[in-house]
Amino acid sequence: MKIGVAFQSALEALISNPLRSFLTMLGIMIGVASVMAMMAISEGAAKQVDAQIAQLGASNLTIFPGASRGGPRSGGGASDQPFTESDVDKIKQEPFVTAVAARISGSVMVVSGEDNWSTSLQGTNTDYFLTQSLSTREGRLFDTREVSSGAAVAVIGKTVADALFEGTNPVGQTIRVNNVPAEIIGVLVTRGQSSGPGGDRDDIVIVPISTARNRILGGNATVARYVGSMEVGIADGYDMTTAQEQLETRMREIRRISPGGTDDFRVFNIADFVRARSSTQATFGVLLAFTAAVSLIVGGVGVMNIMLVSVTERTREIGLRMAIGARGIDILGQFLAEALALCLLGGLIGSALGVGAAKLAAKVGEFPVEISPRIAIIAIGASALIGLFFGFFPARQAARLNPIEALRHE
Amino acid sequence: MAAEATPLISCRDLTKVYRMGTQDVFALRGVNVDFIEGEMTAIMGPSGSGKSTLMNLIGALDVPTSGELLIKGRPLSKLSRDELADLRNETIGFVFQQFNLLNRATALANVKLPLMYARTPVPDPVARARECLEMVGLGERMDHRPMQLSGGQQQRVAIARALAGRPSILLADEPTGALDTKTSEEIMDLLTGLSSEGITVVLVTHEPEVAAYASRQIHFRDGQIERDERRAS
Repeated sequence: MKIGVAFQSALEALISNPLRSFLTMLGIMIGVASVMAMMAISEGAAKQVDAQIAQLGASNLTIFPGASRGGPRSGGGASDQPFTESDVDKIKQEPFVTAVAARISGSVMVVSGEDNWSTSLQGTNTDYFLTQSLSTREGRLFDTREVSSGAAVAVIGKTVADALFEGTNPVGQTIRVNNVPAEIIGVLVTRGQSSGPGGDRDDIVIVPISTARNRILGGNATVARYVGSMEVGIADGYDMTTAQEQLETRMREIRRISPGGTDDFRVFNIADFVRARSSTQATFGVLLAFTAAVSLIVGGVGVMNIMLVSVTERTREIGLRMAIGARGIDILGQFLAEALALCLLGGLIGSALGVGAAKLAAKVGEFPVEISPRIAIIAIGASALIGLFFGFFPARQAARLNPIEALRHE
Repeated sequence: MAAEATPLISCRDLTKVYRMGTQDVFALRGVNVDFIEGEMTAIMGPSGSGKSTLMNLIGALDVPTSGELLIKGRPLSKLSRDELADLRNETIGFVFQQFNLLNRATALANVKLPLMYARTPVPDPVARARECLEMVGLGERMDHRPMQLSGGQQQRVAIARALAGRPSILLADEPTGALDTKTSEEIMDLLTGLSSEGITVVLVTHEPEVAAYASRQIHFRDGQIERDERRAS
């Protein structure tokens, strides 16, 4: 019997008992719908993490002073030997390093006329614009000459611009940063909110590192050419783990740490940190998808159950089909086609429901979902496999019936 | 004459034993009988005499405990399950007392069914099914489902289904058992007509009026042939 004919007769059989067919499909529908929704949520989370990492700079390593103590900190403790500009120059000579942003950060009060605003200050060099991929929407960024001369210039984020210069162009205006006057030369292109470290990434004032060190922040300025931390850009395609190891080796040389001695610095991959933190979220999603897959299997057991009932009910029909010339394989194909049709139909409806559920979750729960055709293909394919797997046993049972006993069955 | 015609079906020492608990029950005890092409035979006898068992063996639905059955000279004991299915599809048509139609399918779809299982595809199964339904006088009711038809009409659909594959043997097990006298006569006229067209008809019945349509009557008792009579014609 041709496959098309087998499916046609399978659909006729399913339509002849619509309520039962629907109830049998329900298990598969719910299973596929939940797998779809969970995968969409999990993939959405993964995509969000990727976007975050890209924002932070996927190919950056950050070097902090101080021994390994968990999370990143922007300043070294009293006992730690701080970094200096000469460390920055040495690291920059490594062949796999594309940029080294020397950084000093702190909290400052900025004042313009009557308005004041509390924000974070970043003192840095021009390499910072490379590692953070910064550009201005108005004005310009500062240059190396301004960095070396310690010019009183500042580049501000959109949040600061809005707070101090609502509606007017801040470029060319002078602000007081912790009472130190600085000319605004540029406003950054907005970078938006980050759920990673930093929060509002537009709430920032960037000045040349020498300006921050010598005029604004003070404190550690007792150390000549002091640098708080270094953000190191790694060449495209270079292995990050290798880069991390090489930086560690180089830093031990620079800081003359004897073999076996304790490092007084940490080379830190921010992307790894974000990934590790977010992987819990992704793992949770995968776990939920597995749970949903279990419900899909339970749905399959339901299909098997009903197919067995159907084989028993239609024993006479099977006997008749055999009497008029159906081979065992024809009967097997007929019942497999029925199980497959049930599961495929359930899978299709379930996918539609799953997309709906994911979209609803995205709207209500305000978290990102990613509905890819790949997930739908996997979900529908899985339900087809379940149909074949759980349909096989009842179908084989039907195919093995003795024609004469089947015909006599009441 | 009978001696000149080649036997289409040949039974050689057919024995069938069923096991009922610890006891062996002999349904057939060494039956030897030939059926000749184009002949119409009625098999009669009380229930349990072995007539239905013989029918099932001839129809390749069951296998004998011992003995051999030859159809067109082919010994059935040499055939696999699938080859037996093909033989039933190509050579044998069945008509049952309870019609055994698929209730969810139309008359046309029921008649078409055996053609769906044919190993050599039938060029136009729908046309063949129509032809067969017209042959049994149901050309007007092809799209009716079995439940919308009378008992006699349902049996006609079953006969049309049996004819669809152009069988050389038509086996009818109590074909009029569920029908009234007038309808029974119509069905028997139909079967007699088919026989005269060259189809070998074997029917099982316990009604002498039905058996009277056949040119040969075989009486069974206790798994053996008691009488084998041909009507002079």
